[in-house]
Amino acid sequence: MSTDQTMEALANLVPMGAHVLDLGCGDGAMLAYLQTHRQCTGYGVEIDDAKVKSCVAAGVRVLQLNLDEGLTMFDDNAFDVVLQIDTLQHLRNAEVMLRETARVGRIGVVAFPNFAHWPNRLQVLQGRMPVTKRLPYQWYNTPNIRVGTFTDFEVLATANGLHIADSFGLHAGRVRRWLPNALSSTAVFKFHK
Amino acid sequence: MTLIALAKTLDVDEPLTMRSGAVLAGYTLAYETYGELNADASNAVLVCHALNASHHVAGVYANADGSLDGKSTGWWDNMVGPGKPVDTDRYFVIGVNNIGSCFGSSGPATVNPATGQVWGADFPVVTVQDWVNTQAVLLDALGITQLAAVMGGSLGGMQALSWALQYPQRVRHAVLVASAPNLTAENIAFNEVARRAIVTDPDFLAGHYRAHNTLPRRGLRIARMIGHITYLSDDVMNAKFGRNLRRATQALLDGNTGTDYLYSTQEVEFEIESYLRYQGDKFAEYFDANTYLLITRALDYFDPAREHGGSLSAALATARAKFLLVSFTTDWRFAPSRSREMVCALVQNKHAVSYAEIDAPHGHDAFLLDDARYHGVVRAYFEQAVTTQADVQ
Repeated sequence: MSTDQTMEALANLVPMGAHVLDLGCGDGAMLAYLQTHRQCTGYGVEIDDAKVKSCVAAGVRVLQLNLDEGLTMFDDNAFDVVLQIDTLQHLRNAEVMLRETARVGRIGVVAFPNFAHWPNRLQVLQGRMPVTKRLPYQWYNTPNIRVGTFTDFEVLATANGLHIADSFGLHAGRVRRWLPNALSSTAVFKFHK
Repeated sequence: MTLIALAKTLDVDEPLTMRSGAVLAGYTLAYETYGELNADASNAVLVCHALNASHHVAGVYANADGSLDGKSTGWWDNMVGPGKPVDTDRYFVIGVNNIGSCFGSSGPATVNPATGQVWGADFPVVTVQDWVNTQAVLLDALGITQLAAVMGGSLGGMQALSWALQYPQRVRHAVLVASAPNLTAENIAFNEVARRAIVTDPDFLAGHYRAHNTLPRRGLRIARMIGHITYLSDDVMNAKFGRNLRRATQALLDGNTGTDYLYSTQEVEFEIESYLRYQGDKFAEYFDANTYLLITRALDYFDPAREHGGSLSAALATARAKFLLVSFTTDWRFAPSRSREMVCALVQNKHAVSYAEIDAPHGHDAFLLDDARYHGVVRAYFEQAVTTQADVQ
């Protein structure tokens, strides 16, 4: 989902010059973008060997850590922004990590595939788990072990005492603020403690 | 292309005031260099060695007749050389033998100029900081004001860290592999067992064994055996040796099938015993016992956080270098958790750091072995980050 427009929409949630922690940073593209376009500093966290190497090759500071072991290494409010871009759905301890994100960062930004996007609903109504461009996996091989919706996240964030500063959907690189739960393939939340 | 190494020496006349308060009136440093120093002397990489290695980092030596000595390959030859992760076609790499060691630099096995006698046990206790100070003197002599990078594994990584703290302006990048910010009690304990093995050897003779034309070989052998066990992982030892019997292996070679136990407490029964004895015997012939004591003590004493109330974060506040740390999951002597402590302290200071935790089975030894993921990260770092121009203020 890292098209330029998507990246830009997410980057707009990050203040200029922010100190950023990007959880599940992949090949470091988002951090590289933030460094270049928004003068950000910070680190990515990634578990995959090849992606860690890609980050290093791209000049992105990366820490090879397993997010399922938590964020104990990082102090409270150590970062201006903590990003979880397409990471939450892979985590066994998704709720703990959400709280940790809010603890470590002044602002949290989470983006994940929205299961309530209407094509997904349609496929479920037809009796099948959805397979789309955004969710290209079969039920038996998907790495997305946490399947949630835009609305589900609002409920979870509120239950954890988090304040949602902004939220919108993303679809085809465009921000969707009207009926985001039904009309967007990606849910985006900006929140704080 | 084979890299041909040439050992050189630098005789330093300036006195060295050591951390212990002792003063060395002068000293000799054995070193080697690989590659070419560029015009503005900005491509120098210093490689620091650990317990039993030397200035001979890479390449092979030439024999007197010009042929190459194939058995003389440098200890980090898979890392340093033309086209290697630390590419000597781009970097001017320096290896230096630390004082107190026994491969050409001043140490307990060399002659004390003041007495004309071999130093033996009288060689002053050296620390990581003392080594870094002597390495800085070597850089001065080579016309290098700032290192592109300082790099080391294990105790070598401690030197790299100490460089970033002692000479923050002189280091652009510090690469620490399988290292730690200090030793744990367990680690000091292993060192102490090794030292006691040496010191209680009847041939140790209060450290003046050379004056009596002998060597405390038994002690050194046991020290080496203990070291070797801790450098490997349980898994790799089982994979390599398992419960294999030495005689069974020999019997297979001889075409026999006699594989019963010897029922002896003294004979070599298991393959692992044979391996450890072989390693111990080899080591006892080439390594100096006093050096073993000194270097393990330098390991024990290293603790930059100590002067900062135990806060590693406070200790690292003045560092200006950018860091790459690498650890190996099965390394229990310099465990990943120790590297993470350093990463944590660097992150608290918002210093530039990248960290790779390689899932390798080989224990502490992994830092010397060829692993594509490990070497790939180091290569990428040297290609991307280190070449970026001088940016230390």
